[in-house]
Amino acid sequence: MKILVPVKRVIDYNVKPRVRADGSGVDLANVKMSMNPFDEIAVEEAVRLKEKGVATEVVAVSIGSAKAQEVLRTALAMGADRAILIESDAEVEPLAVAKLLAAVQAEEQAGLMILGKQAIDDDSNQTGQMLAALLDLPQATFASKLEVAADSVTVTREVDGGLETLKLDLPAIVTTDLRLNEPRYASLPNIMKAKSKPLATRAVADFGVDVTPRLETLKVTEPAKRVAGVKVADVDELVAKLKSLGVAA
Amino acid sequence: MKTLLWVEHEDGGIKDATLSSVTAAARIGEVHLLVVGYDVGAVATQAAAIAGVQKVHVADDVAYAHALAENVAPLIVQLMAGHDVFVAPATSNGKNIAPRVAALLDVMQISDILSVEEDGSFTRPIYAGNAVATVRSRDAKKVVTVRGTAFDKAAREGGSAAIETVASTGDRGVSAFVSAVIVRQERPELTSAKMIVAGGRALKDSETFAQHLFPLADKLGAAVGASRAAVDAGYVPNDYQVGQTGKIVAPEIYLAVGISGAIQHLAGMKDSKTIIAINKDADAPIFQVADIGLVGDLFQVVPELTAKL
Ligand SMILES: Cc1cc2nc3c(=O)[nH]c(=O)nc-3n(C[C@H](O)[C@H](O)[C@H](O)COP(=O)(O)OP(=O)(O)OC[C@H]3O[C@@H](n4cnc5c(N)ncnc54)[C@H](O)[C@@H]3O)c2cc1C
Repeated sequence: MKILVPVKRVIDYNVKPRVRADGSGVDLANVKMSMNPFDEIAVEEAVRLKEKGVATEVVAVSIGSAKAQEVLRTALAMGADRAILIESDAEVEPLAVAKLLAAVQAEEQAGLMILGKQAIDDDSNQTGQMLAALLDLPQATFASKLEVAADSVTVTREVDGGLETLKLDLPAIVTTDLRLNEPRYASLPNIMKAKSKPLATRAVADFGVDVTPRLETLKVTEPAKRVAGVKVADVDELVAKLKSLGVAA
Repeated sequence: MKTLLWVEHEDGGIKDATLSSVTAAARIGEVHLLVVGYDVGAVATQAAAIAGVQKVHVADDVAYAHALAENVAPLIVQLMAGHDVFVAPATSNGKNIAPRVAALLDVMQISDILSVEEDGSFTRPIYAGNAVATVRSRDAKKVVTVRGTAFDKAAREGGSAAIETVASTGDRGVSAFVSAVIVRQERPELTSAKMIVAGGRALKDSETFAQHLFPLADKLGAAVGASRAAVDAGYVPNDYQVGQTGKIVAPEIYLAVGISGAIQHLAGMKDSKTIIAINKDADAPIFQVADIGLVGDLFQVVPELTAKL
């Protein structure tokens, strides 16, 4: 079985995003960029399935600028077999990303597609569900455990009240939550090896998908800032504060 | 404009997240609710009583028992022929279903809206809430999910909407519910609690977490939350996680104990009215957003606090 893993290049999760003064967006110039953390979890899961002999091939796909090659190389260093970059300098919205991925799936015929549940830049949490809809395939979002059988996958999901387990027919779409696994760090030899793994670059036009944005961003602003308040010296002072807030006996 | 709002319900009761979404939907246009589930007659009756609701559609079928997106989305798409905007609360069910609906309608969803503006645009948080985008949709129909903490709850009483039954679109037969481990909390629910006591990695293990934070929470009548680190380490179950990728909360008082204040955690709680932090590190980032801070060892401070309340 082949597994398709879409990955996105985003601001590194350790960086505090800064809003541009002119309200045009978040300043990404000279900011550290990395693979979206949820996508790392997706790559890790796919690679583990290959190591267990469940999957035969892991294909990483990214839609983005030429720089997205970096995150594809990371995926290859983690153990993906080959990569596809669909190059676009303009931002591509989740709906259009899902359409491009559906077109890739039409070529690749993967048995399983594992995506991150959300990208930590736009926080949309849409692409996996949209891809499932477009392909008319079952979906299990927010996965914390995954067991693949011959023609089905059993997925435990993190939901509001706790955990839920679903069984989906294959092919299927799974999106990852934080506790599915802990992604490995690519070793230096594997990073070197990744350099010679195949990475195909394709144009959006190859897929005949209209990626014109549907949403218009009018402005991006900074949220109201909180300011540090007071420090109390001891528990008695804290109790007094709580009382003044109307709690505590 | 006619909105169709998917109703989040559980055990025969309508969840608070639905009520906030009703307020958001009312800013957009006429509010029609959709109750989907199995044996949901009583839920439909409650839905019809919510203030500001004009109509309730009910689809009752065993195929809808577990809100499987594969089964629910086609029903919504069918009903959207007569509606302009699909609305869902940004709960785990809402987040699971809405994008599937959006793609079937060929619409780009607007996730997690914070406000509905006069000109029909919406604001939404991006980058873990470090920025707020104002966006306008060019799609003819729209799909939005609603951040519950950003809207007041509509009143559960006062409405008298007509209830209309919708035929089931059936079971697609591609996915099945196997089991669920749903923790029934005796404490208030995180997303609607007035007060939250939350613990982080510093709480060491599940016993230590329970021993220190549960008595404090119970004395205060508070809900209990946690950082990702505490959940990852197994101190508490996943549904306790507050943050960018966990639950979004905005209680009157948020008491953070042994939590450093990473941006991903702050994303989930920085709209709390009063933030109180207990941390032994005076330089912990949590103090930059805390209204009241106490620098100290939680293993001394928390038992003392619990005793003195
Ligand atoms: C993609 C992604 C998504 C994430 N989503 C979330 C999310 O939704 N929610 C979330 O919370 N995190 C999230 N995180 C993780 C986040 O980055 C932090 O790692 C996490 O919040 C840290 O948890 P913590 O504050 O409990 O632990 P730490 O950062 O280790 O902080 C522990 C704190 O306890 C204090 N302490 C230690 N001992 C004591 C003591 N005896 N008394 C008092 N204080 C003490 C320390 O001074 C320290 O400040 C996410 C990360 C990523 C990459």
